[in-house]
Amino acid sequence: MELLFASAIGVMTAGGLYLVLRQRTFPVFLGISLLTYAVNVFLFGSGRLTTGAPPILSDDASTYTDPLPQALVLTAIVISFGMTAVVVMIGLGAFLGSDDDHVDDQPETGAETPEGRT
Amino acid sequence: MSLFFIVALPFFGALLPGLMNSAGRSACSGVTFVVSLAAFLGLLTNLPYVLAGEVVTAQVDWMPALGLNFTLMLDGLGFFFALLILGIGLLIIIYARGYLSRDDNMGEFFTYLLLFQGAMVGIVLSDNILLLLIFWELTSLSSFLLIGYWKHLPEGRQGARMALTVTGMGGLAMIAGMLILGQIVGSYDLSVILQNRDLIQADPLYVSALLLILLGCFTKSAQFPFHFWLPHAMAAPTPVSAYLHSATMVKAGIFLMARMWPVLSGTPEWVMIVTSAGLITMVLGAVIAIFKHDLKALLAFSTVSHLGLITMLLGTGTAFGAMAAVFHILNHATFKAALFMSAGIIDHEAHTRDIRRLGGLRKLMPVTFVIATLAALSMAGIPPLNGFLSKEMMLEEANHTVLFGIDWLVPALAVVGALFSAAYCFRLIFHVFFGPVRDDYPHKPHDPGKAMWLPPAILVVLVVLIGAAPFLAEPFVKLVTSSLLGSAGEVPDAHIKIWHGLVPALYMSIAAVVGGLLVIAAFKPLSRAWDAAPRPEAKVMFDAVVAAAAGLAQRLIQPSHDGSFTRSAAIGSAAIIVAGLHAWSTGTVEAATRAMQPAGPVAIAGWAMLVAATVALLFVHRNRFMALILIGIVGLMVSVGFVFFSAPDLAMTQFTVEVVTIILMLLALNFLPKRTPVESTTLRRVRDGVVAVAGGLATFGLSYHFLLRDTVAAPISEFHLANSYKGGGGTNVVNVILVDFRGFDTFGEIIVLGIAALLIYALTEALLDGPVRARLLNRTPDQPLAGDRHPMMMVVLTRVIMPIVLMVGFYIFLRGHNEPGGGFIAGLIVSIAVVMQYMASGFSWTSARLRYPYHGVIGAGVLVAGMTGIGSWFVGKPFLTSDYTYVRIPPFHEFELATAMFFDLGVFLAVVGAVMLSLESFSRLARRAHMPESDYPMDIDPSRHDPPPDGAPGAAKEGV
Repeated sequence: MELLFASAIGVMTAGGLYLVLRQRTFPVFLGISLLTYAVNVFLFGSGRLTTGAPPILSDDASTYTDPLPQALVLTAIVISFGMTAVVVMIGLGAFLGSDDDHVDDQPETGAETPEGRT
Repeated sequence: MSLFFIVALPFFGALLPGLMNSAGRSACSGVTFVVSLAAFLGLLTNLPYVLAGEVVTAQVDWMPALGLNFTLMLDGLGFFFALLILGIGLLIIIYARGYLSRDDNMGEFFTYLLLFQGAMVGIVLSDNILLLLIFWELTSLSSFLLIGYWKHLPEGRQGARMALTVTGMGGLAMIAGMLILGQIVGSYDLSVILQNRDLIQADPLYVSALLLILLGCFTKSAQFPFHFWLPHAMAAPTPVSAYLHSATMVKAGIFLMARMWPVLSGTPEWVMIVTSAGLITMVLGAVIAIFKHDLKALLAFSTVSHLGLITMLLGTGTAFGAMAAVFHILNHATFKAALFMSAGIIDHEAHTRDIRRLGGLRKLMPVTFVIATLAALSMAGIPPLNGFLSKEMMLEEANHTVLFGIDWLVPALAVVGALFSAAYCFRLIFHVFFGPVRDDYPHKPHDPGKAMWLPPAILVVLVVLIGAAPFLAEPFVKLVTSSLLGSAGEVPDAHIKIWHGLVPALYMSIAAVVGGLLVIAAFKPLSRAWDAAPRPEAKVMFDAVVAAAAGLAQRLIQPSHDGSFTRSAAIGSAAIIVAGLHAWSTGTVEAATRAMQPAGPVAIAGWAMLVAATVALLFVHRNRFMALILIGIVGLMVSVGFVFFSAPDLAMTQFTVEVVTIILMLLALNFLPKRTPVESTTLRRVRDGVVAVAGGLATFGLSYHFLLRDTVAAPISEFHLANSYKGGGGTNVVNVILVDFRGFDTFGEIIVLGIAALLIYALTEALLDGPVRARLLNRTPDQPLAGDRHPMMMVVLTRVIMPIVLMVGFYIFLRGHNEPGGGFIAGLIVSIAVVMQYMASGFSWTSARLRYPYHGVIGAGVLVAGMTGIGSWFVGKPFLTSDYTYVRIPPFHEFELATAMFFDLGVFLAVVGAVMLSLESFSRLARRAHMPESDYPMDIDPSRHDPPPDGAPGAAKEGV
């Protein structure tokens, strides 16, 4: 199980990094989302993996999983939504302002018309 | 008055001139004057203690762990400087009221002036050297603002920049020197450092500390070879020059040398460096000053020269030299401030400061003539004025100083310096005030108003008084000298008087004055020769050095940081991976302590879906809609994973956030291109792939490693589990942590979320205000449009679902304390319910029915949460302490009521507001000119009799 969990984190990180390094804004948004998942799951994993023992106190349960990483990750998920929204807004604003969704400044050749535009 | 008030008054008072700006110029300068006067009087209340030889202190611990405490001390030396700073400051304020014109923003000027004054007072009253450094840097910054006050003048800006660069660099060096000093002694308190002369001078790091501290002092006090910034700072308004260059800023370096004198002076290094720098500066400044035609430039170089004189006196390392230095600091402050103000008066009245265009002013400006002449004669060293007394002492001291083993070197150079000093003073008097009255002044000069001549007149009275009756000043000078010397020397017995008998110093003095008169007599040929001689131009050299440094920095930084985000991201990722690899390979890896848990088919299936979706995403990410679906699968699998690993709260949060994130992405994709073109070269893709795979392997290795090992230290979660019910009154530990144990964190987080939403709103507003607006309004959608904009089925369904979803949200919210749920999740659920109304009936119909703006909802949420926290103050508990009780309202079950619920309500409101404000902002971009907004909830409504709006078929899906 730990192998699956760790490899899932690795795969999401690798995918996120690759997409973040793309040249257009939208893949970068996707990459940031993937990295967000990876980081949140990673933090969650710091409480170690426990199945069937949610941190809800009851008289029948004897063991609970670590609740602290869960609390931290919960707010992290909501905040990363806010941050993703800000990044998307910035990217969108840049595209609407310049009609170009490249992440980096383009060399000023003038010959290039942004593709993917209709 | 407490020392804290004396230092704090100018800083807090700096707020007032700006506020009083609209009340008029007199009110503005009046309030500044009152603030300075209060600090001045506060200083005087401490005079009895200082006269009694006590040291007044005031202390507040600031960062004791760093040795940084807010410790102030007032001894004779500090009192002397503070008196000069505040006293001359008062005169400058009166003078500036008359000097500044109606076009100058007086509030801004006095704000800077007070900031500067506070920083200077802070330097001279600091007991902690780290605190002193802070004030030191503050003087550099505030003097930058003052020198560059006339922002429209390029010389002003360049002069300010040069002053900041030079003094700022010196300040940096001094920080290092002070830290070394603190390390040697083991304390950063001056009172302790000053007791450890032998320890410091025996330390191998003494020379480095000395050099670094002297670098700071020399740059600040414009000593050779850093003297060049001071003349360029003359582009400032004259009140600034008079203040900074007579009594304050340039004296800061002198002050520090005097302050550190007991522990740093006396060694061969000190004598050699300080004395020779002072001598060179004195002679060089005096020679250049004669040939300057600009009155202020002449005074600037004379200031450089006199600072050199004081530095030299401190450098000799004898008690008599120190006393002469103290006395000359006092005298220089009086006559130089008066001279600068006189120069300002002449500039103000005649509209020029060029000596070649002046002359004969004694008839036109008799008051100014008397003031300036007395001050200049004092500077030239003519008895019975105060400048004569300290110059005699300087020559006397120079007579006993031997440098580089040559007996005559110092006395000879001192006479040369005094000679040229007398010469430029005579030039100032003769060429400006004597000679025939001209008729080609740019403006007919006459004496100014009282506000402008009174301040220098007061100073000149002091010049004459101290000169004629030196026994009045002597006790004070000796008091300051004794506090300067500390335990390192005895105050000399010598008396300050005009007639010492026929001593060598008198002959040297006579030689200097006669020589000065001869130089002036032969001024014309000398000036021609000077102009013909090649000279290094300091500004050109400075600019070249700055340009070279900037070029070098650019060459170093450009290759790795050329503004390309992808390059920075790649370099950053690679650097983190390498650092991790280093840690991994040099650290110790212990054997696994936890057994691997078996994975069932469900877990394997979930993993497979997640990995497959991620990998597929990489291959089809060019099709952006498809990519959104795939990333949705990843998010879903993450949520399921949370359920699987006993985190129901996380699963619910992730799931709802997933919904709003996808809606957000769809909204963005509405405007963005729908496909990503193929652009990257294969090489580049390989590079990115390598970085990505390495990063993936690194996170995999790290998480796999710690998943199989127990924590190094016991986690604090045991405490949370044990106290969740007892202390927080809830059985859902995650929720209790969020709203109770770590409520302050959560409070901060909802504020961050709110700020993010407001930022998005602000960006949207900015876009809609700019040129983008027209483009958006005329945009033709690039997608095939939905035939039915607001389908009836969907409208009916969302309306029916709305109360149910709200009820679910309410339920989730209420049970949050004991079962999975809570404010975050409830907020997201309710947001989704509202978003569905937007989707079904369009933007304008929904927002018309909106009762509360979302900003208000965010604000209300933060307020409710904050108020809940404050509530605990009323029962004497710390912020955000929660309480709970059980109540029973028949016929319901007994249920729990906790104050944490109100906090959770705040969280709920903030989340709803933030999510809705973000999504709403995106939708506002989608409105278009040719597409009228429907006022009806759905396009086709059987209960309505009017025809549907034109073009309903083929209209775009709106407002999503």
